[in-house]
Amino acid sequence: MTLNARNIFYVGFGALALALLAGCNKNAGPSGSASQRGDVLVGEYGSLTGSKADFGITTDRGVQLAADQLNESGGILGKKVRVIAQDDQGNADQVATIVTRFVTSDKVDLVLGEVASSLSLRAAPICEDNKVPMITPSSTNPEVTLRNGKAADYIFRVCFIDPFQGTVMARFATNNLKAKKAAILRDKSNAYSVGLADYFVQEFKRLGGTVTVDQAYSEGDDNFRAQLTDIAGTKPDIIYVPGYYSEVSLIAKQAREAGITVPLAGGDGWDSSNLITNAGTALEGCYFSNHYSEAQGGPVITKFVSDFKAKYKVGPNALAALGYDAMNIYAAAVKTAGTTESSKVIAALAAVKDFPGVTGKISMDGNHNAVKPAVVLQIKGDKFVYVTTVKP
Amino acid sequence: MQNLPSHLIDGVMIGSLYALIALGYTMVYGVLKLINFAHGDVFMVGAYAGLFAGLAVGADADPSPLKIAVIVLAAVAACVILGLLIERLAYRPLRTAPRLTALITAIGISLFLENGAQKLWTANPRSFPDLIPNAALRPYIVVGTALLLALALEFIVKRTRVGRAMRAVSQDKDAAALMGISVDRIIAFTFALGSALAAAAAILYVSVNPKITPTMGLMLGLKAFVAAVIGGIGSLPGALMGGIILGLAEELISGYGASSYRDAIAFGLLIAILIFRPSGLLGRGMVEKV
Repeated sequence: MTLNARNIFYVGFGALALALLAGCNKNAGPSGSASQRGDVLVGEYGSLTGSKADFGITTDRGVQLAADQLNESGGILGKKVRVIAQDDQGNADQVATIVTRFVTSDKVDLVLGEVASSLSLRAAPICEDNKVPMITPSSTNPEVTLRNGKAADYIFRVCFIDPFQGTVMARFATNNLKAKKAAILRDKSNAYSVGLADYFVQEFKRLGGTVTVDQAYSEGDDNFRAQLTDIAGTKPDIIYVPGYYSEVSLIAKQAREAGITVPLAGGDGWDSSNLITNAGTALEGCYFSNHYSEAQGGPVITKFVSDFKAKYKVGPNALAALGYDAMNIYAAAVKTAGTTESSKVIAALAAVKDFPGVTGKISMDGNHNAVKPAVVLQIKGDKFVYVTTVKP
Repeated sequence: MQNLPSHLIDGVMIGSLYALIALGYTMVYGVLKLINFAHGDVFMVGAYAGLFAGLAVGADADPSPLKIAVIVLAAVAACVILGLLIERLAYRPLRTAPRLTALITAIGISLFLENGAQKLWTANPRSFPDLIPNAALRPYIVVGTALLLALALEFIVKRTRVGRAMRAVSQDKDAAALMGISVDRIIAFTFALGSALAAAAAILYVSVNPKITPTMGLMLGLKAFVAAVIGGIGSLPGALMGGIILGLAEELISGYGASSYRDAIAFGLLIAILIFRPSGLLGRGMVEKV
């Protein structure tokens, strides 16, 4: 090797090291314990980049909007709310690093995140062990708020859980669409998708339907032909695909090419403007369950939607609404408790009843799950049209 | 065995795309004894280049043959330039370094390209214009193009002067240099050729699976690498055969077995080949040069 090449290497590594240091400095958190600071510090972790970036970005917008509004009206108990958002890139190891930093060195008052259940499952034990409250805006897997089968003291969510969402779509398919035979295409690498699929199957069978075939794929796949050919051969009335938007749009396209004309159905993982952009017309007339719809109306939703549009120039999706609710429900709990001290805040959170959230009236059940209705939306053109509300 | 014809067609189609990418691995390995792990990411850049060219000429509305030609040319040009840059900046300075160093650099380049693409074009998946609206025709166009390209490559390597030089360099770089062959130029040519094939594979791939993400090259690159090893790395017909075997195996396991094992089959095959026939199906055992 020549000296020249070696020099290039050293310069390269030097530059890399500098870049990393600069990054650290910029992101370095504040010091001092929670009670010494004059603000309420919220550590938010989410996929701001990566294949689920749309989830993280929209949630973050909801959280920021709520924080801004709280600060404009004088903060929480007179203290400013400060949100530090960290990108976990949809990576579970990254989640562990970020959340550990939140609870040990930043000493945040609240940990807020994730959308993906598999990532919240990684963060929850860290928060529980360090006695820092965590609210997940939209992780629907039941295990997230549990510890050894019992409710974890410090973990809450402002969304409903998988059994409910899977059940909702099974009932909707049976009662409203008169479906008798359903095929399943689940993302086996994803706790959320597996959960929804399992509860859909259970309820659909209970209502007298048959599941013709239960196929699987992995996050990141882009060829679903084998599974779809197999599904098409069983002639189902509906195909339940409780995955995330990044795969669902391509699944829909390939399903139409395979000659499948029946509707696809899914859950809140479909809720992204990218869904239609990438699927074109392949999802026309399909259904998914979600947390809220603008079309439900009411003063809380109308105000939230117009504030959100004023700030970001686009309409909010359900994840933005849940991020907004998560931030606000924490603020309400702190006000009730009269302090940010975590043991008192969790007592107030556990006792939340009829909190007027954007995504419905939120009451916590014994396992810290929000109990509230789900809506079913249908895709028409580039719009998600409200079809019906299903109560728990 | 219902749906068997349809499974076979799809399996061969995806297999021939694995094969096209595998050809790039195999050629670079043949000449440099280097596994270019950045090859899958060159493929990804080709897909993005094709997408942007396609959007620029408005191919999403009406894909005329001229527009398709523009897309293919843009992708090939981008990949060839990228391939040449990678060779010149990342591998050439390390040509006499231990092989492990070059391998680590290859992985570094791969990560650099993936994260660079994420920074430039965001991680959101993008949809590719529908270049072949008739879905029934797709497998034939894909397999036909792949075969043509593989034959052209075979012709270049076996029947042309530059091909003979490539084979000479792969046998012994120093002796080839003594015979007046510019080793650097031949290696650069190999990278350019492999990258052009990756670009062609990228356009074909996203025409049938229209989802483009910065990390799409990772799994595909690994699968193509497995295909190259199955066929015998360094062997062109082997890469073709390995690709199609892998495509069919994946398709049949998802169609009739358990789709959960689709990715397991690729790496299962890799392990089986490494245990029972380490030089691959069409590879020859290599005598260690002393």
